[in-house]
Amino acid sequence: MPVLEPLTGLVKGLWTTLASMFEKPVTVQYPEQKKPLRPRFRGRHILKRYENGLEKCIGCALCAAACPADAIFVEASENTDEMRFSPGERYASTYEINLLRCIYCGFCEDACPTEAIVLGDQYELAFTGRSQAIYSKEMLIEAGPAHGKPTPQVTTPGLFTRSVPEMKNPVD
Amino acid sequence: MNFTLVIEWLAKGFVWVLVLLGGFAYLTLYERRALARIQVRIGPNRAGWQGILQPIADAIKLIFKEELMPAQADKLIFFLAPVVTLVPALVITAVVPWGPKPLHLFGRDITLYIADINVGVLYIMSVTSIAVYGIVLAGWSSNNKYAMMGGLRSSAQMVSYEIALGLSFVSAILLAGTMRMTGIVEAQKTNWFVLLQPVGTAIFLIATLAEVNRAPFDMPEAEQELTAGYHVEYSGMKFALIFMAEYDKMIAISAIGATLFFGGYNGPFIDQFPWLGPIYIFLKIVLLLFGMIWVRATFPRIRYDRLMAFGWKVMLPLSLAVVFITAIGIILAQEVNALLIWLIPVASLLAGFVAIALMYRTLRRKEYARA
Repeated sequence: MPVLEPLTGLVKGLWTTLASMFEKPVTVQYPEQKKPLRPRFRGRHILKRYENGLEKCIGCALCAAACPADAIFVEASENTDEMRFSPGERYASTYEINLLRCIYCGFCEDACPTEAIVLGDQYELAFTGRSQAIYSKEMLIEAGPAHGKPTPQVTTPGLFTRSVPEMKNPVD
Repeated sequence: MNFTLVIEWLAKGFVWVLVLLGGFAYLTLYERRALARIQVRIGPNRAGWQGILQPIADAIKLIFKEELMPAQADKLIFFLAPVVTLVPALVITAVVPWGPKPLHLFGRDITLYIADINVGVLYIMSVTSIAVYGIVLAGWSSNNKYAMMGGLRSSAQMVSYEIALGLSFVSAILLAGTMRMTGIVEAQKTNWFVLLQPVGTAIFLIATLAEVNRAPFDMPEAEQELTAGYHVEYSGMKFALIFMAEYDKMIAISAIGATLFFGGYNGPFIDQFPWLGPIYIFLKIVLLLFGMIWVRATFPRIRYDRLMAFGWKVMLPLSLAVVFITAIGIILAQEVNALLIWLIPVASLLAGFVAIALMYRTLRRKEYARA
């Protein structure tokens, strides 16, 4: 009956909210439950290594140049065959990212010629001081692979002359 | 006056105030959890088991918060206003009976109410009227235009809806033939007044929403328009007192509604097991509180002029009609046939239907005028 509209409208509204009470809550109980991340999620940076344990980063600072927030600081040093960190001539002796400046755009990832820097899946980045937000190379680099040796390595001369490896097109 | 009697009153009053204050704390949790469920969330469940310690955490936070007082505020009234709001909310339920038979404790019969005065309903009406002072004074003494407007809105709204509220009380009084709260509960032993006077109950429920400034009638504390209304300038424990008053008013009004229209402590097997009385009234209060939360979760705040129009042009005439219908029905039942008492719900539902139809017509007319 249209005359009862002022009442039925209210009742309909009440019914809607009551029915929604019995739906499954959408809440994710965060620290215990975590939603799976998307494959292309951009979290904290990770510095990668090769299979043999050498660092991929060659200290070229292209990431620092690409960074729109100027969050990356790279200082390169010379590799020698007695103290080899990465293939080629140079390695990053200092690599710092200020995670408070970083906007997680992933330009560093794109700029990197050796795919050394990758935005990982860690997003729980809370700091109690500004100095804590500056991640050094030791904090960013991934642990050496089980069968590889840690850096610096003593290598046979003439084996690692090429800084940038042969690369395939990336697949997600 | 005997000394033990004074002790008994003090103890009962103390226990009752503690119940109300604890009830306030857990009502906040209840409301947050219920609202969350309606919004398909979970709500606070971290502090303690299922969030059971959340009110304590809130209380600690509020106690340690800084108390600010505006420089231009009327200091004394600013300080007194929360107290003036809280005290009526606490004392109002003194007349609500909790159980049929006195409790036998320490060799004394302890009645399950604090005061059984013969003008119980009148007492409730007068105390609720005092509650408005606290809000108006809080708004005025803050020396803030938003607070002032909140206080003014609150007073206008409360005065308008108090009439409908009072008239809905009258129908309960007429049906029971007494103003004594215990008498009203006893009169509902067979039929709850919600069955005899459904429209009166509806008027009561709507008017109480306006009386305690709950959504959809929460204009005095409309966040979007008045930032927070009459308590903008309050912080820390003074804000907690105002908040407490608001929630205790909700509890009080639910207790009164349960007593006047939903049979009070009456329920199945009450005669065999009198201890069921407090449980029944507690359940009824919880259900009525859920109703308030439910309504808050459902309806948007109505416009101020519509609120006033609804109060004066719908609620007041309808409640007057309900009082007349109740009176006539009672006379017919007494003089002609006892079964004619059932004319009251039929006729009042008819009156309610007429009111809704007239509202529909007005709304339609306004739509045409706009088109």
